Amino acid sequence: MKVAEAIIKFLESENVKTIFGYPGGAVLPLYKSLKTSTINHILVRHEQAAIHAASGYALNTNKVGVCLATSGPGATNLITGIANAYMDSIPVVIITGQVNTNIIGYDSFQEADIIGATEPFTKYNFLVKNENEIGKIFKEAFHIANTGRKGPVLIDIPTDIQNKIVEYNYPETIDILGYKPTFNGNKNQIKKAYEKICKSEKPLLCIGNGILSSNARKELQDFISLTEIPVVHTLLGKGALDEKDPHYIGMIGSHGHKFANNLIEKSDLLIIIGMSISNRTTANFSTNEKSIIHIDIDPAEVGKNLVSNIPIIGDAKNILKELSNYKYNSAYENWINIINFEKENNNIYLGKNKIIDLKLAAITDKLGDNAVFIADVGNNQICAAHNIKMYKNRKFFTSGRLGTMGFSLPASIGSQASDITNEIVVIIGDGGFQMVMNELITLYENNLNVKIILMDDNSLGMVRDLQKNRYDETFSTNFKSNPDFHKICSANNVKYFNLNSLKDTEEFINYNSLCLGRINQRDDFYE
Amino acid sequence: MSRYTIALVVNNQSGVLSKIAGLFTRRGYNIDSLSVGTLDSEFLSRMTIVFNGDENTLEQVKKQLNKLIDVIKVVDLSKDLSISRELVLIKVDTNSNNKRDIIDIVDTFRAKIISYNKKSIIIELTGDKPKIDAFTSVLSSYGVKELTRTGSVGLLR
Ligand SMILES: Cc1ncc(C[n+]2csc(CCOP(=O)(O)OP(=O)(O)O)c2C)c(N)n1
Ligand SMILES: [Mg+2]
Repeated sequence: MKVAEAIIKFLESENVKTIFGYPGGAVLPLYKSLKTSTINHILVRHEQAAIHAASGYALNTNKVGVCLATSGPGATNLITGIANAYMDSIPVVIITGQVNTNIIGYDSFQEADIIGATEPFTKYNFLVKNENEIGKIFKEAFHIANTGRKGPVLIDIPTDIQNKIVEYNYPETIDILGYKPTFNGNKNQIKKAYEKICKSEKPLLCIGNGILSSNARKELQDFISLTEIPVVHTLLGKGALDEKDPHYIGMIGSHGHKFANNLIEKSDLLIIIGMSISNRTTANFSTNEKSIIHIDIDPAEVGKNLVSNIPIIGDAKNILKELSNYKYNSAYENWINIINFEKENNNIYLGKNKIIDLKLAAITDKLGDNAVFIADVGNNQICAAHNIKMYKNRKFFTSGRLGTMGFSLPASIGSQASDITNEIVVIIGDGGFQMVMNELITLYENNLNVKIILMDDNSLGMVRDLQKNRYDETFSTNFKSNPDFHKICSANNVKYFNLNSLKDTEEFINYNSLCLGRINQRDDFYE
Repeated sequence: MSRYTIALVVNNQSGVLSKIAGLFTRRGYNIDSLSVGTLDSEFLSRMTIVFNGDENTLEQVKKQLNKLIDVIKVVDLSKDLSISRELVLIKVDTNSNNKRDIIDIVDTFRAKIISYNKKSIIIELTGDKPKIDAFTSVLSSYGVKELTRTGSVGLLR
């Protein structure tokens, strides 16, 4: 069979239900094979949406998301989304077409060195040179993407290779010499961590993306019920713990709760699990003079930006289980008093806007316990992170480490396509929306039921605020003219609601099909 | 700042060198010298990389390199237990006045003359970095015409 046919079969073997792509000359053989396969192909309107959609699919399922683009401009249009997936450790496999093998390196039409270009922000990438390796390459790509610290893997396939005839062979086993991620935490280190926890009077759990990525919500819940240790989280750790849980405190980081950052300083032991310790995370606190247990699947994270006393390398789920095998007798009365005091007196965060906050909280509180919220980037994102409460099975996705405007709406395509029973809610600013509003029609075309909350302040709010703070003046951050969003919606068959009106807001909440509700931040509400 | 030497066993395929070099560039680490050669198996190569930094840099370099899927093994050769050698070829202008001196220097350092003619000689020397540095500095007053040094290669004892 042709390589292109074999590839589609590999995807079927990997249980890929939907892929996201955009065709072009260099991937025509693949599109021909796709036509007759069981795999659903969603045609986006820009390649960047294909990679974000694949990310949305992966985030919602913890399975590998797949996207497909042609050589040259098709491939380069993916770059932002690949970097985003890399920074947020999202498992995706990216398939790009490449010019024919014999004209690689001659600046041929639509030739771009996508292997070289994506080298810094792919977990791994392959240029297929030998058709007989295609099975091995796909098997390894899926394995690498979704094990260890997850991330994007790119496979660049010249058109002539797609047309070569091979025997179908998809390996059952994998053995990659240079890739053996550590899964089980070291028993001695775990024991040391346990002893440290027993000695602590003011312990604090700091959790991030790693809990979600390793599917460890239950193990986390068990561990804190057992130990009574209070929990703070990063932006990407939102949703790892039910916010009604009594141990839940709040979000840390530059845009986190002041009390959460303060409590880091006041704790005597930090247990850090699967989170980035970047400049945005640690902007508002110091970790001097305290004990640190650092749990991460990526050995390079440990000791990179923070020195820890007890590093444990391995899978969070596994390590939490092990830690829960011990007996704890935890009484943190004094610590809990400090926590309550902080919560009462320092309940603020950067960018807090009372009216908008109440508004978004009121709308989203009424949505379901299984709703998936996808926030874009900017003030809208911070507002969403602080005011949308994670109860029960709710999920929260956003672009954390790269801060990619225009992530949310395309990601919703993938999240919704991965599970059409989910209630998917996008929160996006007017700036981000205008980067990706071409994808409304993709949602419509594929009957994808997404609720979009457009937070329209007629400006690039977060950057405008930065300018005001740093330079006392603004430039080029207020839009002179925004489009008529109602008309944009009508043109794309998207039902439009004005969330400044009480009646519309109620209808929006109950509307069970693709729709957009706009919060006009300049006007009064409920006029 | 200290000098560190590490050896890597890597997949012998195109793109690997640029992945490793790219990692150093991206993270702001500076490579002093780098040498590559294939191993017994045609699928593997060994690299020796010398770079400057502090203990933290060394730790991060090792961890980041280990993260690369094409890197199979990372060995720290910065310890006393390791031996490293580099090779230098030096072309020196000669005349009847200086020839004797140069040959004496060659003997003292146990270097080798590998090419000899009326106008110049080419000398080969292997040794660790201090020895090569000393040799080239002694010879420099005799009109070194051209000089080429390999990077360092190393093994653990
Ligand atoms: C692709 C991209 N370009 C630029 C930025 C810088 N940036 C960060 S927030 C922001 C403003 C976003 O405006 P909007 O989408 O309207 O959200 P708001 O802050 O107004 O809620 C900008 C421009 C970015 N994060 N991503
Ligand atoms: Mg805005």
